[in-house]
Amino acid sequence: MIFDEEFETLPREALEAIQLKRLRDLAERVYATVPFYKKAFDEQGVKPDDIKSLEDLPKLPFTMKQDLRDNYPFGMFATPMENVVRIHVSSGTTGKPTVVGYTRRDIRTWSELMARTLAAAGAHKGDIVHNAYGYGLFTGGLGFHYGAERLGASVIPVSGGNTKRQILLMRDFGATVITCTPSYALRLADVAAEEGVDFKALKFRVGVLGAEPWTENIRNEIESRLGLDAVDIYGLSEVMGPGVAVECVEAKKGLHIFEDHFIAEIINPETGEPLPYGEPGELVFTTLTKEAFPLIRYRTRDLSVLHREPCKCGRNLVRMGRITGRSDDMLIIRGVNVFPSQIESVLMARKEVAPHYVLIVDRKDRMDTLEVNVEINEEIFSDAVKDLQNMERDIEKDIKDLLGVSCRVHLVEPKTIQRSEGKAKRVIDKRKT
Amino acid sequence: MRVEQISIFLENKAGRLAEVTRVLSGAGVNIRALSLADTSDFGILRLIVNDNDKAKTVLKEHGFTVGKTDVVAVEVEDRPGGLSHILGILSEQSVNVEYMYAFVQHSGKNAVIIFRFDDIDTAVKLLQENNVKVLEGKTVYTL
Repeated sequence: MIFDEEFETLPREALEAIQLKRLRDLAERVYATVPFYKKAFDEQGVKPDDIKSLEDLPKLPFTMKQDLRDNYPFGMFATPMENVVRIHVSSGTTGKPTVVGYTRRDIRTWSELMARTLAAAGAHKGDIVHNAYGYGLFTGGLGFHYGAERLGASVIPVSGGNTKRQILLMRDFGATVITCTPSYALRLADVAAEEGVDFKALKFRVGVLGAEPWTENIRNEIESRLGLDAVDIYGLSEVMGPGVAVECVEAKKGLHIFEDHFIAEIINPETGEPLPYGEPGELVFTTLTKEAFPLIRYRTRDLSVLHREPCKCGRNLVRMGRITGRSDDMLIIRGVNVFPSQIESVLMARKEVAPHYVLIVDRKDRMDTLEVNVEINEEIFSDAVKDLQNMERDIEKDIKDLLGVSCRVHLVEPKTIQRSEGKAKRVIDKRKT
Repeated sequence: MRVEQISIFLENKAGRLAEVTRVLSGAGVNIRALSLADTSDFGILRLIVNDNDKAKTVLKEHGFTVGKTDVVAVEVEDRPGGLSHILGILSEQSVNVEYMYAFVQHSGKNAVIIFRFDDIDTAVKLLQENNVKVLEGKTVYTL
């Protein structure tokens, strides 16, 4: 089903005309209101007026995650705080989080796009949406919540955790749509089986799954074990949250990007050069309509590919392929973005530990696990077991406090962590994605 | 009245303990007493040897993390109640024992108990006041 027939099926020329008008307004607006962009435009030698057509977009400077950090917390906002009605936060690379803001109109736009997202997945008014994305600073929970209400569905704001109770609620309430990460969907199926509940006998029809990379194999497993249609969504808090792109349930072949609100580009992550449709590279987004936190050519570091072929669902929107990796070293662990540098900052803050560490990411009982092996040295070594165990627990707590992700810390013998070309190999990812 | 003990960090991996003994034997170091504390993650091997400096040097050369701690060695009569008597003295004065291990001398009737205390001076004083035989380092290294 198409929620916004008019905008989602616009002929290409009409869509591009809207994009150009919005892009020119955006360039004008950020140049006038965000000092970071005025400086970036000036350094690039480009003026808002230079945007005469969509082909001029690559003249504009990129925005990097580092720029958001440099302007922490509200420096990138294009509107006074009094117009900002909502703040969300995602984890940053070295302690400082990324802060995003929304005006009243931004929240309305986001709700519209989430209603489109749910509709594309096959949800409609009358559905009961079991929303197991986390509520709070993370954009997932509230994004889906507002979208489901906009669609006219009934939302169960169950959030994450307490899996047994979730099984009880979804059975008793007769939920028809589930929204969560793909790994949590499988976890729910496992726990349901342990509880003697036949998941396929529940009323679920649709799963709207995202916030972590997954594969066709996992989709097949989810669909057969949960007895529903599973569609992939894409979004990131900097660009909006969920609601940037979604697969249609009709084709399940690539994610339609809501191009009346976002322009997507694929670039060569090494050179920054734009790449044509069909060539894999790094995804870059420009937000066309956001008021509080607009972004010009934001480099997501997510690797994907764009396709323009028409889709059988009737949408005329460009589609992006599944995310195949990252052009940096970011990990996604239980839906949370984790950079090895964040773990390093925790270890460095505890001066006694030399920062020789390796992160081991795995999947047990469907959920991601993080183990941190830290090399011991003479300064921290003690002949008493409890001293070393306390140290492990303290580091675990520091990491949990900073990242919100539980982990297990193990002390290991010195020089046992593999070093390649003088540089330590920081991450071992054993997950089959 | 202190005895020097070396401790070695060991990962719970096959062959690590064997590697320690191989290195020490290669250097001609003799082990007098030992104890191994283990957790699910790692172990701490505690050793009293005849040549601490040499042991420490060769182990470090082989990449081990080695620590040095002062412990107290006490001679106990090898009969029922021998250890209980000593622990009674310590517990009465609330002296906390971090850990301990024992070995029996092959020559005589006595056992030697190694204690690790938080407050070593108070503990030694207390034991001596109660006529417990506290051994000197050089006695223990050459037992």
